[in-house]
Amino acid sequence: MILAKVVGTVVASQKNDGIAGGKYLLVRTCDTRGREKGEYLVALDLVGSGRGEVVLISQGSSARQTEFTYQKAIDCVIVGIVDRIEENGQVVFRKEEGR
Amino acid sequence: MILARVVGTVVSTRKEEKIKGIKFLLLEKIDPVTLQGKGDYLVAMDCVGAGKGEIVFYVSGSSARMTAITEGKPSDAAIVAIVDAIEVDGKVVYQKDAVVTT
Repeated sequence: MILAKVVGTVVASQKNDGIAGGKYLLVRTCDTRGREKGEYLVALDLVGSGRGEVVLISQGSSARQTEFTYQKAIDCVIVGIVDRIEENGQVVFRKEEGR
Repeated sequence: MILARVVGTVVSTRKEEKIKGIKFLLLEKIDPVTLQGKGDYLVAMDCVGAGKGEIVFYVSGSSARMTAITEGKPSDAAIVAIVDAIEVDGKVVYQKDAVVTT
């Protein structure tokens, strides 16, 4: 998985039938301190993430290993909202303060 | 999934048997904030009837074979949605068919 920050939403009414009904968020990869730094991805939100939250992204065929995405044309899902990141014994990100 | 703009079409008459009858669109990846093309192109199979100039998002890898059109086909990129709007940090940065007032 990779770390990413939720930065926005993507609305698409005309979709391939298999992937209708999902909530698609715009995320940007971030560093361990939750600072945005990389590419943007459209991720299906399965856990009710909000803007500004740091989340865990799963990509590729693994993105289909959930109830909603099973055998669907999806390759990027949010599988968790990050509360805290500890790196080398130090807490480098905490959900409330990290926003 | 990754955001891109439909910038053209790709026609191939001599091709793998299985992918006959499928529309190939030329996509350019875009920066969702500036909507500028990133000069990074790919060819994707159209599964939603996307038109030129439209912003879409596509799936790649094995997920690209999870549509009725691309199932069992040698496809690793499939357009699965036509984007109506993109909101970033609370601001709508893209609205389909919005009249662009310069």
